[in-house]
Amino acid sequence: MITYPFTYKRAKSLAEAESALKASPDAKLLAGGQTLVATMKQRLASPATLIDIARLGELRFVKVDGGNLVIGAGTPHHTVTTSADVRKAIPALAELAGMIGDPAVRHMGTLGGSIANNDPAADYPAAVLGLGASVVTMRRTIAADDFFQGMFSTALEEDEIIKQVSFPIPEKAAYAKFPNPASRFALVGVFIAKSSAGVRVAVTGAGPGVFRVPGMEQALAKSFTPDAVAKISVASDTLNSDIHASADYRAHLVTVMAKRAVKAALERK
Amino acid sequence: MPTLNLTVNGKKVSADVEERTLLVYFLREHLRLTGTHIGCDTSQCGACVVHVDGRAVKSCSLFAAQVDGGEVVTIEGLAKDGKLHPVQEAFRDNHGLQCGFCTPGMIMTAVDMIRRKPELDRDTIRHELEGNICRCTGYHNIVSAIEDAAKRMAGGAR
Repeated sequence: MITYPFTYKRAKSLAEAESALKASPDAKLLAGGQTLVATMKQRLASPATLIDIARLGELRFVKVDGGNLVIGAGTPHHTVTTSADVRKAIPALAELAGMIGDPAVRHMGTLGGSIANNDPAADYPAAVLGLGASVVTMRRTIAADDFFQGMFSTALEEDEIIKQVSFPIPEKAAYAKFPNPASRFALVGVFIAKSSAGVRVAVTGAGPGVFRVPGMEQALAKSFTPDAVAKISVASDTLNSDIHASADYRAHLVTVMAKRAVKAALERK
Repeated sequence: MPTLNLTVNGKKVSADVEERTLLVYFLREHLRLTGTHIGCDTSQCGACVVHVDGRAVKSCSLFAAQVDGGEVVTIEGLAKDGKLHPVQEAFRDNHGLQCGFCTPGMIMTAVDMIRRKPELDRDTIRHELEGNICRCTGYHNIVSAIEDAAKRMAGGAR
């Protein structure tokens, strides 16, 4: 499959990428390209210019900064899943990154690319929302609760570039995913994190975008056990229904995955 | 048309290609390295796996321009001095292929897998093969071949 023609530019710095993006309205940033290239091949996207930011060292790092784990937007999933810092600070995040796609996809795909795309069945949005992370761009910091705005839609401006994501390190967290066996996207994925600020429950795959489940959060704040969420279900009327699963089945899976996530968080040493 | 400069199987290559040329087409049609296969062309099947800068990637899912200045190894680059790579030997000895279409991608994935995880059990091998589809073998002998290759390479056959 061949894409429409485009002009390719490799940015030498983040500043250069930003000015190139401002200068060409039909440009798109290219990081790992694991969604964008496939979309262009199907001719569902036809950017006039691709600005390649994949090799920018400024975007590829993992560091612990006080109570936060900070990951550069250009960091590939493989780096996140194998990072000793991530495994120590937020093992649930390392595990989640290791469940995305397959090894070859994880070598290319990036954190920033995943959340900027905001596929309703992507894994990273669940971690970013579930951990109450902050998305840091070239011009501002956006709270996860404001960042994700439904299917393939985010708070990012057209020419705004994500620099890094700052994840508050929780007391306990886990991600339970029911993957579509063919695509390995989440049919339903539930990320649960417990910290001094309370409990957050974020669900991906089930609805038109990642969302929180306040009923489960309140129940888990009182009692952080699988039983606390066993009888709480989400309404299926706003959930996705397709050839892979009905809305009712997805609603059922949300409760099952939430129980598994709590259990996994409790079993973590 | 931009000029690309990269290293493919240890040889410097320079070529003028359209920006939209995918790496797999560059390898197959410009360099005539047809060992890298196009299966699904949607990054599901893994027949097109090659190594870029030492990591396994799906060459149908990146543009050749993204690899400019980098180093690519394809299935043609594994054998050295007429001697098969230990993973290739292991696939032959364990009957790890039938029609052979998926084999180049399987082998490139296996080499990358063994490099990252020298100690492999069968479950890990199956998980690591999630991005490579074979329609003939049922995977059993592919898993055996990779397990065998990992053992041989641990013995220094690398």
